[in-house]
Amino acid sequence: MSAAHQQVTHDLLRPLFHTTWRFFLLVAVFGTIVVFGLSAWATQAYNGFGVTGITWPVFWGSYVTSFVFWIGISHAGTLISAILRLVDAGWRRPVTRCAEAITAFALMIGAMFPIIHLGRLWLAFWLAPYPNDRFLWPNFRSPLVWDFFAINTYLAGSVLFLFLPMIPDFATVRDRSTGFRRRVYGLLALGWRGSPKQWHRLETAMSIMAVAIIPVAVSVHTIVSFDFSMAPVPMWQSTIFGPYFVAGAIFSGIAGLIIAMEAIRRFLHLQAYLLPIHFDNLGKLLLLMALLWGYFVFNERLVTYYGNQPSEMAVFWRTQRESFAPLYWTMVTGNFVLPLILLGIRRFRTIGGCVIASLGVVMGMWLERFLIIVPSLGHKYLPYSHGSYEPRPIEFVVAGSTFAAMTLLYVIFAKLVPIISIWELKAGASGEAGHS
Amino acid sequence: MQAAGVAPEDITVLTAYPMEWFAFFRRDAQSRMWWIACLGGLIGLASASALLWVAETSWPMNVGGLPVFAWWPNLIIMFELTMLGAILATVVTLAVTARLGRRTRLYDPAVADGQILVGVEHPSNELLPAVTRALEVPVGADVKRL
Repeated sequence: MSAAHQQVTHDLLRPLFHTTWRFFLLVAVFGTIVVFGLSAWATQAYNGFGVTGITWPVFWGSYVTSFVFWIGISHAGTLISAILRLVDAGWRRPVTRCAEAITAFALMIGAMFPIIHLGRLWLAFWLAPYPNDRFLWPNFRSPLVWDFFAINTYLAGSVLFLFLPMIPDFATVRDRSTGFRRRVYGLLALGWRGSPKQWHRLETAMSIMAVAIIPVAVSVHTIVSFDFSMAPVPMWQSTIFGPYFVAGAIFSGIAGLIIAMEAIRRFLHLQAYLLPIHFDNLGKLLLLMALLWGYFVFNERLVTYYGNQPSEMAVFWRTQRESFAPLYWTMVTGNFVLPLILLGIRRFRTIGGCVIASLGVVMGMWLERFLIIVPSLGHKYLPYSHGSYEPRPIEFVVAGSTFAAMTLLYVIFAKLVPIISIWELKAGASGEAGHS
Repeated sequence: MQAAGVAPEDITVLTAYPMEWFAFFRRDAQSRMWWIACLGGLIGLASASALLWVAETSWPMNVGGLPVFAWWPNLIIMFELTMLGAILATVVTLAVTARLGRRTRLYDPAVADGQILVGVEHPSNELLPAVTRALEVPVGADVKRL
């Protein structure tokens, strides 16, 4: 084996075999925040939904905002990874696993919000579509039932898409460890040996999964957009919501990926693998998505403006220049102005620039979901359903702790699994050498 | 190895990553996984259609004047289960055809270090000297009995 390959294996397995104080510190800090969030959720479950600010007429507040936000973040991984795999982009190799892990964890967190949003969470199994004892099924024509199928299909596909290429790396860890660790990784490696037949089957399976997962990913966020656009609420019934939501999801997903990659790069000392070129390429993608996002917002706003329907214009002006204007213009700054400056000007498109732009986008996209939900629900067609909503501290704690949960899951994942695919990296390097 | 009298299908080659530029790697490249995935998708589609038909006709509900069994909304669940069927069929086919989850036969952990393992499982006594000689030919080869 060449020294370069040995170095790759050594560098990428180091976080698994050597535990530093920083790992324990991160687990302690984020674990504490997660426990805090769980106790807030338990308080809500014990005292009832009245402890939140969610009340008539705004029944979808910060929790549904976070649900849509996390489902959007989940589009970072599997979708981007699948597209890059299909077009055989060589630079994808160090990026794909970081991205796919985001998808799996963000989906798990996102899928929890419908349960958090239930007053009586012990009845969460009612979300599953099955008939009652009178053989009455739920309404399969409801977008909420479509969510169940779409999110679970995407979750199953994403977890498998993440797991399959990890098998050869589990075998590598198995062969380099002893005792209990060897037994665990031996089980995860599923008897992987690395015969040509196994490699062919794995690569074919990954190609099929990539082809299947792209339309599923697009469908998931389209269906999440149907939760809104199928309802007779001002500014929700829009045919553009499907692509608008999908573009927004990919947008926030890429931003989440850039932030995660920078954190991994710094904490795991992987500067030799996650290079400025990766951030530059992802930064260009983020810029493209920022422009696309701006295009969709312009379309949505202009058509509403020309429609000039009183109920829609009331919501329109609430966001443009009334009570929600500060949030709206913060969103526009984070999602459009900041990326345009930091990513559009080559001099600023550094790793730091990409991360700052991504932080702006993540914040902006959470606000975007909030601004889609709250102003419209608080100002529906009939005046009797006009009202306001203010999130209570318990909602901030629960929503905020999910960011800690995401980080915690990611930290633990990076401790247990090589965060960059070892075999794909070696195959890429050897492929280039072999072909040259 | 083939010159030593070993049939190609009896030669085991194990690598730490795919090496498409070597002739030995092109073996077993053909598979019917795509077709099996399509079949899995069809099973998913049929399951979704059956589920929707049973659910919607067992207690018909009039929703906004739509037909009881309406294609437009049903296409969504049909699509999702079609894709889920294709994905699951792919994973099951991978597990079966790549013999995942079975007891590891001829193997050496040095493969994980980047060594290429070339070997024969249970060679006959007549073949053994010729196989050993063939394996010793490449420079740096390390011949082992596992």
